[in-house]
Parts: sequence; C-alpha cells; structure tokens
Amino acid sequence: MTDDFDDLKAALKAAPAPDADAKARAMALAMKNFDALQGSPQGFGDPARSSEDRPIEAAPLNGVRRMLKFLTSRPALAATTSVAALVIGVAVILPIADLRIGQPVVTTTEKPKPEAPAETANEDQDLRTEVPADPSNVVEKKVEEVASTDDQPLVAPEPVTDAEAAEVTDALEAAPPAVAGGEAVIADLEIDGTFVGGLDEGAVVRERAAVESEAPGLMLALPAPASAPLVELAQPQLPENTEEYANEPVNPVKVTAEEPVSTFSIDVDTASWAVVRSTLNMAMLPSPDQIRIEEMINYFPYAYKTPTEEEAFSSSISVMQTPWNPGTRLVTIGIQGALPDIADRPALNLVFLIDTSGSMEDANKLGLLKQSLTLMLAELRPEDEISVVTYAGSAGLVLPATRAADRTTILQALDNLAAGGSTAGAEGLELAYRVAEGMKSEGEVTRILLATDGDFNVGVSDPDGLESYVAKKRETGTYLSVLGFGRGNLDDAVMQSLAQNGNGTAAYIDTLSEARKVLVDQLTGALFPIADDVKIQVEWNPATVAEYRLIGYETRALKREDFNNDEVDAGEIGAGTQVTAIYEVTAPGSDALLNDPLRYGTATTETTNGELGFLRLRWKAPGADTSTLIETPITGTEEATTETRFAAAIAGFGQLLQGSVYTGDWGWDQAIELALANRGDDPFGYRIETVNLMRLAQSLSAN
Amino acid sequence: MLMDTPDEMLATAAAQGDRAAFATLVGRHYDRIHGLAWRLTGVKAEAEDLAQDICAALPSKLQNWRGEARFTTWLYRVVVNAAHDLRRRQQTRARASQGWGDWELARQDEIAVQAEAQDWLAQAMTELSPELRDTVALVLGEEMTQAEAGLVLGLSEGTIAWRMSDVKKRLRAKAREDAK
Repeated sequence: MTDDFDDLKAALKAAPAPDADAKARAMALAMKNFDALQGSPQGFGDPARSSEDRPIEAAPLNGVRRMLKFLTSRPALAATTSVAALVIGVAVILPIADLRIGQPVVTTTEKPKPEAPAETANEDQDLRTEVPADPSNVVEKKVEEVASTDDQPLVAPEPVTDAEAAEVTDALEAAPPAVAGGEAVIADLEIDGTFVGGLDEGAVVRERAAVESEAPGLMLALPAPASAPLVELAQPQLPENTEEYANEPVNPVKVTAEEPVSTFSIDVDTASWAVVRSTLNMAMLPSPDQIRIEEMINYFPYAYKTPTEEEAFSSSISVMQTPWNPGTRLVTIGIQGALPDIADRPALNLVFLIDTSGSMEDANKLGLLKQSLTLMLAELRPEDEISVVTYAGSAGLVLPATRAADRTTILQALDNLAAGGSTAGAEGLELAYRVAEGMKSEGEVTRILLATDGDFNVGVSDPDGLESYVAKKRETGTYLSVLGFGRGNLDDAVMQSLAQNGNGTAAYIDTLSEARKVLVDQLTGALFPIADDVKIQVEWNPATVAEYRLIGYETRALKREDFNNDEVDAGEIGAGTQVTAIYEVTAPGSDALLNDPLRYGTATTETTNGELGFLRLRWKAPGADTSTLIETPITGTEEATTETRFAAAIAGFGQLLQGSVYTGDWGWDQAIELALANRGDDPFGYRIETVNLMRLAQSLSAN
Repeated sequence: MLMDTPDEMLATAAAQGDRAAFATLVGRHYDRIHGLAWRLTGVKAEAEDLAQDICAALPSKLQNWRGEARFTTWLYRVVVNAAHDLRRRQQTRARASQGWGDWELARQDEIAVQAEAQDWLAQAMTELSPELRDTVALVLGEEMTQAEAGLVLGLSEGTIAWRMSDVKKRLRAKAREDAK
C-alpha cells in the first residue's frame, strides 16, 4: 500500500522540465515589472549604478541606509501608503472582476464604443496571457504620477494599458442608461450592481469609493479583470477560519387558519449560548448563523414546577404580554425533568473519546479539557467506571475501564494525553463504542463523551455515513455527547448532528467555569436521561390565535405526522433539567397581525371555550420503544413568572443579535432592564453574566 | 558572487530595488516555481502560465517581503495562493459558461491526452480534494517536512499530518478499486 504512496511521490518528483522559452519570457516579464516598479527608465539594459550603490555583500547595512533614506522621503512615503490603499481596494473588488472573466455581462450598448487602439486585440485574445502583470504596472505608474516629485521621466503608457482603460470606459458607457455618462464613481457603482447581488454589495462599493476618493484618476485602471487575481496575491493572508455552523432560516409567522399545528423536538443543547458568549468576549458580534435562540434560552436553569413522584417531568405554561410587541402575547412552555434521588442513581460508565489531533494543542483545548475532566472526576462515585480512548496518530485505548475510585490511575492517564500526530478518527469512534459495549451491564447508564475542537476528522470522508453509524449505535443504548473546545475551526454543524443522532447533548466549553456548569453542576442532567424522544406539538385555536411564531427551534422542526411516529428520533431530557419553548401569538383582530384575514376564510368553530391552544407532549422512558402522551390545554390565564420573563428577555436578546424584524423599537436597554428585573435567585451568577454580555453586545452593535 | 548570496539577502536587496539581485533570485527559483505550479495544477501549460504570472507579480509581491520566514517558504506560499486563485477563477469561469460538469469533463479530457506515464498520477491527484492535493504537492513533491508545509499553508503540523494520513487512506482505497 505504501507502494502507491511511493509511486505518487516518484510521479510528483518527475515534474516536466520547464520550457526554456517560457522561462525566458517569464523572466523578461519579471524584470520589466521590476523596472516599472522601481520607476527605472533604463528598460532592459543593465542599469547604471549610482555611486552609493555598493555591491550586494554589503546589503544589510546598505539596506538600512536605504531604508532610512526611503523613510525620510515624504513623497515616497505617500506613494507607499497609496499603494497599500490601492492593493486593498483592488482585492476587495475581486469577486466582481472574476465574474466578468467568464461572462461578458454587458450586452446592450447604447452609445458607440469609444475608439481604442488595442481594443480588438484585447477582445480576441486570452486576457490572462496578454496582461498578467498589468495592474501592478498601471497602479504603480499612476501612483508615481500622483505622488512622485521625482523628475525622472515616466514610462509612457503602453497600449495594453489603453486597452484596459478603454475596456472599462466601454463598460461604463454600456452601463444602464440611467448612469451612462454620469459621474465616474456613481457609474462605477452601478456597474458593480449589475455584477454582484447580495448583501456585500454595499460594503464593496463603499470600500471602493473610499479608495477612489483618495486616489482620483486611478479608478479606470482598477477593474482590469484579467489581471485582478495577481493583485490579490498582495492581500494579507488572514488566518483561516473554518468554523461551520448549523442553522436554518428563522421561523416565520404562521397563520393559524392555514397551519394550526406546530411540531418540534425539544433541544437541550447549550452550545450556541457558549459560542455567542465567547464571540462577544472576543469583541465581535456573533453572526446570525451562530445563534440558535432555543439553546440560548435552555442554557439557563429555571425554577419550574417540580414533577410529582410518578411523573418523569412536568410541564408548565405561562402567558404574558410580549415585551417587544404590545399587540401580541408570549406563550412559554416549560418542561422540568424529574431529579431522581442522587443516591439512587444507577452506576455510570463513561468513555471519554478525546481528540488529540495536532489542532488540540492549546491551553484552551486539551489543557482545558484535562482540567474539566479532573473537575468532573471528583463528582463521580467509586463504582462508576471510566475509560479513555483517544483518536489521533496514537489512536487507541489509553485507559481501559477503571473504577472512579482509582483516581491516581485516571489522573495519570489524563495527564499523559498529548496532542499531535495524524488522525485515525473513525476508528476512534468505533473503538469507543466497542469499549462502551464492554463496560455495559444491566441497570447502568453508558455514555460516550466526545471531546473535540471540531477538527473532527472522524469519518471525514463520509460525514453522512458517520451520522448513520452513530444513529445505529444509538439503538444499543449507548448515549453520545459532544463537548466542543476552542475556536477557529469549530465544526458546530457536525457536533450538532452527532449529538442529535447519538441521543446526547452538544455543549461548547470555553472556560473552566463553563466546564463546571456542564460537567459538574449538571452532571446528573447531562449524563442521566430520564426521557427519550420528547416531542412537543401545539395546536392553536384559530378563534383566539390568528397568527403564531415559534421562537427558535429552527433546527428541531418535525413534521406534523412525525409526532405520533415513535420511529422518529427527537431530543432527550436529562435528570433535573429544564427545557423552555416560547411562542409569540397574535389574537384575531389585533393591530399586530401581519397577515390580512381571508375574505373567504374558513368558518371558525366556536366549540372551544376561549382556549388558546392545546399542548401535546410525547416521550419515551429511556430505552423504551413506545411513547406516552401527555395533553394539556393552554387556557391563556396562566400567569407569567420571573422565570418565564427572564426566558423572554433571552429570547429578545437572541433576536436582537439576529437582527430580527419582529422586535421593532424594543432594544438593548429594554432587554437589559427585563433581564435585570427578573434575575431571580441566580445562585450561580449565570443571569447576571448575561446582563453584562447584553451590555457588551449593546456597545459592540453601536459601532 | 551573487550566486552564493543566500536567498533571503537577495530578496531583501531586491525589495529595495537591486536589479541584479532580483534577476539572480528569479533565475534561481524559476524552476522551483514552475515545478510546484505543475504539481499543483497537473497541466504543463497551466504551470507555465502560472509561473509567468507569479514572476510578473513578484516585484510588487517582494514589497511585502519582511524576511520573517525562509525565502523558499515565502515563495511557496505565493505559489500556492496563486494556484488557489487560478482554481477559483477556473471555477467561476466554468460555472458562468457551461457549468461545473462540463468543465470537469473538459479537464479530464485534457488530462487524458497527457503522457501515459502521468496517467496514473493525474488520476490519483484528481481524486484528491484540492486541499489534499496542495499538501501532497508540498510534502511529497517538494519534499518538505510537515512543519514546513504547515507554514506554507498556514495550518498546524497536526493538520498536515492528518491530511497525509488521509491521502494514504485514499490511495489504499484506490488501490483496492483498481484491483477489482
């Protein structure tokens, strides 16, 4: 097998010798551009060397002197600054230029084309081979014109340059009639409009306009399509951000008469909240696709009604006026999982599946992970068992099943974890499931905790296969939870789908206190499921609710018929955890209605007694195949509590971050006020932390 | 005597306008640029064009030379970025005109007419994703260490290591396919 590897190497080494002519051409071009850049008029000949030009051996000192001279020369400084500005400008407009290459966009010409000497040649030939270096040429020359006080003769503009200019002029002329002959910058802007669609357009145009205002006269030389990619070379290389997020478009307002039933799966993930927090703490506003409002709401513990002895969980409903819209009401559905007596909890088998690929080498990743697991270890009971599987070059079982009582062995194994090497990812997961299988015994809970920075590598060749593998393994009763660490290439999308398919939660851990929350304070909830496949279905009463909107849960939507289908997977509730879902509903005849009533609408039935809707909940006991149904009417008289008002504040916060259209004039101040007023007990300080984050987001969004 | 001057010194001198230094530098590295360009594109004509584009842009690129890395590392980065741009341009063009599928077919045809000895390589390379191709070109083709390749591509060494193991895995799979 390594034969192939060697073959590939040998074949690659056998690069064809470069063509001598091609080499000569390329070198000539390089020298020409070099001369152009230096503003040297000598052309191809050996330049006359000035007396202060010492041979190259003295380069370091020489360089310093030159640099000093260069720095003190004001025009030169001005020139370099403009070059920098130009490079930025050109880089920004690239997408436009690229599009133009393949697609002659302008087809209808209203005015006769301006005469340009090289125009036809330019059209007929492959642009790339003709003018590879032009932009730098043109740009540099123009800069010289603008900024140089040197009285050196400038290199005369070449025909190609004219052609470029002519082509742009051409495009300007051919732009929509409204702008033909208009002011240059505006015309240019319109041209952009014909090439690009989308949100970035404005920004692109602004950037460009700024460059143009700094360096008038340069505009014509800029959009040279063929040469644009070369200029892009000069673009600073930003560190690659390869994060991927899972999200769906925001739930729209639904008309009850058309779609009275809303169905979704509960979601106990909290990853989105932690990502939002860490993004804000980096002084950046999170992007809309990082925000899943239900995960933000469900991050917080709420004091809902505790379930009775025989219930696995209780549901409570509250109705209140919407903070951001006086014309609508919020219906909050809170579910509280039962907290079985901690002393009675079944023994726990934990398999830590730890990503030790090179990218995990970071105090925020592997370091934090080790600390987190150490914290958690203290909460385990002696009879619980732990094993550690790593996936990386050193893939394999690092720690065979060990009782939690044997702390030293476990701590040592954790300590010895080191990042580095290549990854044999899929095998790691398979091994983890095998190990978990071996640890299992009657009445125990078995869970794999996958810790990764998202450089997932597990089954990277076939992500779908991985999901179905996890889904299949779910049947064996082993749960899979995903802990995300670090930022930069967090693959939120894969984390989400793995946790959802593997009957687990996805949490993102950015600080030790977050690790504490996820692994210690909520140890029981995160690790012991009390209800599987919990689905919520609400049927709204068209007589009392004309429109409704589910806030969040976009990635958790279920089909109406899936509610009764026990084969369809849904979210789990852990011991003692809470899940909250919020609907915004609008009464018929309200000013806040977004849709007009139908003239020939269906006749409303008057059978209900003013109920807003009907809540149905389905859940399975862990490991059970058939579901249980719980039904509760929503009367509209249920009172709001501190808890549901705080949840509403978080929902508002999420929508503000998303730039939602539904919040109207309601802004940061109101969100902060609402959250602050409903802090409640807040024993862990999560809620006050939120208020501070809201203030941070407020200042960030003011910029 | 310029022939013995290290790349980094030549680059610094060239950046400051030393014509002879620049000529020496380009002469010394053209083959390298061309070689990597070929390994990245797999087509001789494209490699030539790309090498020429890079040479043409080198004077202005050198203005950004800060001497923070080895010159060859810096140069490899320039070449890889230029190849990425070329790829992007090709994609844009292909999508705009006839769509991806046709472009891919045309490219496959082009590959097919290449020398027979290159057939297997071309096949193996086209089956790899562009990211893996870059990595292979640097690690196997240019015989860089994984750390160096990481520097050029702006990735961690671990990522390069992982990519190489992925390549191995794919080659194994391909060998199995071929054997069928």
